[in-house]
Amino acid sequence: MSGPVLLATNVSVELGGLPVLRGITVSVAPGEVVALLGGNGSGKSTLVRSLLGLVPAQRGTIEVFGRPLARLRSWARIGYVPQHSPVGHSGAKVKEVVASGRLARRTPFRPPRSSDRSAVARALVAVDLTDRADHRLSELSGGQQQRALIARALAGEPDLLVLDEPTAGVDLAHQQVLAELLGSLVEAGTAVVVVLHEVGTLAALIDRAVVLREGRIVHDGELGALGQAHPHAGGHEHENMPTTPELVRGPVER
Amino acid sequence: MIEILSLPFMQRALLAALLTGLIAPAIGTYIVQRRLSLLGDGLGHVAIAGVGLALLTGQAPIPVAVLVAVAGAVTVEVLRQLGKASGDVGLAILFYGGLAAGVLMSGIAGAGAGALSQYLFGSLVTVSRSDLMLVGVLGLVVLVPTLGLAPQLFAVSSDEEFARTQGQPVRLYNILIVVLAAVTVTLAMRTVGLLLVSALMVVPVAAAQNLVRGFYAALVCAIAVGSVVAVGGAVGSYYTDTAPGALIVVLAIVVFALSWPVSMLSRRRRVTPALPELPEEDGIAPHVTTEGHPHEHGPGCGHVGVTHGDHTDFIHEGHRHAAHADHYDEH
Repeated sequence: MSGPVLLATNVSVELGGLPVLRGITVSVAPGEVVALLGGNGSGKSTLVRSLLGLVPAQRGTIEVFGRPLARLRSWARIGYVPQHSPVGHSGAKVKEVVASGRLARRTPFRPPRSSDRSAVARALVAVDLTDRADHRLSELSGGQQQRALIARALAGEPDLLVLDEPTAGVDLAHQQVLAELLGSLVEAGTAVVVVLHEVGTLAALIDRAVVLREGRIVHDGELGALGQAHPHAGGHEHENMPTTPELVRGPVER
Repeated sequence: MIEILSLPFMQRALLAALLTGLIAPAIGTYIVQRRLSLLGDGLGHVAIAGVGLALLTGQAPIPVAVLVAVAGAVTVEVLRQLGKASGDVGLAILFYGGLAAGVLMSGIAGAGAGALSQYLFGSLVTVSRSDLMLVGVLGLVVLVPTLGLAPQLFAVSSDEEFARTQGQPVRLYNILIVVLAAVTVTLAMRTVGLLLVSALMVVPVAAAQNLVRGFYAALVCAIAVGSVVAVGGAVGSYYTDTAPGALIVVLAIVVFALSWPVSMLSRRRRVTPALPELPEEDGIAPHVTTEGHPHEHGPGCGHVGVTHGDHTDFIHEGHRHAAHADHYDEH
C-alpha cells in the first residue's frame, strides 16, 4: 500500500473547554519516522493520544491505514507505548504484560496460538528482557519497565509504532539501546511516530520533525531545517526558562 | 466429617459455600485491579433493596435481588464512564438508598428487619434445593467469562487505555465486570451474606498477590484460597455453632495475615539493589579508609547491603562501607 499510514486532517481538540489542538493536519507515510516536538503544554502528547482515539477530537478527521478511526478493524497494526502505564500495579509478570500486546490478534475464549507465543518471545528478545520474563513488572528498573512496554507494543507486530516520550527519565545508556532498537524496526519498514521533549540520541533516525506550539504546528519538515524555522536551534527544546521575567508573556508553568 | 456429609442440609450448605468461594475471588481479581475493592460492599447494599422488593411482592428473593443489583451496577458504571461519578457522594446515595429502601419495603411487607438478617449475614443451613440450583447456574454464568476472557479482562482492568489501542470493546468489558460482580454478590447472600461477601471478593485476592507472582498464578491462587476458607468456614461453623459467613471471612483474613510475612521474605530475597558499574578511570580508584570502625559488617548486621561489583557495601549513616583487609573503605 502506498497511502499514508496515518492522516489527520484539521483536527481540533478541547480539554475542559480549553483548546489544546487547533486545526492540526499531519500525515505519516509507511516506514517514515516522524518526531513530534514541542515544549510542555504544546499539545504534542494530546495529539498523539487523539490520533489513537484516546482523546476525542471535536473537529477534523483521523484516518489510520486509510480507514476512519471509529471504523478501524486492524488495531493489531498499531503498537502504542505510553509514557507511563498503570499495569505495574497489577502484580503481573513481564511476559503477561507483553502478551497483552497480542490481544488485537486474538479471539476471545481461545487459548493463545503458537504464533502468539513466539511473537511474545521475539518481542522480549528484541528489548533484551528474556531473562526478566518471569519477574513482576514492578520489580524492574525504570529503563527496563520502559523496554517492557515497548515489547508489549512490538508483540502485536505493528506497522505503525507510536511512542510517547520514550526517553523521558531514562538514562543515556538506555536511550542508546532504544535508538538501536528503533533503528532495526525502521529498517524492517515500521513507521514510527515518537513524541520527544529533546531529540537527543534519536536524531539520526528521524525523517521529519513536527514542532507544535500552543496547539498549532509551527514546523513540519526536516530536522536539520529546524535551525532556521525555529528559534531553538538543533531541535533542542528547552522548558520555559526565561532569564528575565519581563520577556514572559502569560503564565509560566513549572 | 462423614457425619456432616450424610446430612442433606449440610451437603447443600457445603456446595453453596464452595461455589461462593470459587466465584467471589475470580471476579474479585478484576475488581481489585480496577481499584474498586469496596464496589462489592456497595452492590450488597443495593441487593438489599431487591430482597425487600421480593418480600413486598411475594417473589423469590434471589432472582429479584440479582435484577436490582445488576441494574445498580450498570448505573454506577455508566455514570463512571460518562465522567459523572467523579464525586463519590452519588455512589453513597445510591448504596445507602438501597439499604434504606430494602429495610423499609421489608417492614411494609410485615416481615420486619429480622427477615432481612438471613440475607445480610447468610444462612447456609437453610439453603434449599432450588436455591442451590440457582446458585449453581449463576456461578457458571460468572465463572465462564472470568476465566475464558481472562486475557481481555486483565488488559482492560490493568491498563484501560492500552486495551483501547488493541481495539478491545473496553466499555462492554467494564460493564461485564461490574455485572458479574453484582451477580456474585447476590448469589453469595445465602452463604456469607450481603454484608460480608465483599470480603470474600477482596481478601483472598490480596493474600494471593502476596503468595504468588504473576496475574494468572494470583487468579488461580485466589480461587484456591477462597474455596478452602469457604468450605473450612462452613465445616467449622457446624462444629462451633457459629455464623458461617463470619467464620469464613475471619479465616480469609487469617490467611491474608499469614501471607504477609511470605511476601516480605520473597521480596527481601529478590531485591538486593545493585549499583551500576562505573568505568574505572585509569584503573586507580580513590582509596579512602574509615577511621577506627568498631562495628563488624556482615549479613544481618542491621545495615542495608548493596551489591557493588564483586563485593557487598553496607550503607552506614548515609555512606557506604566496604571491607578491605582489616579496615573498611568508604565507597
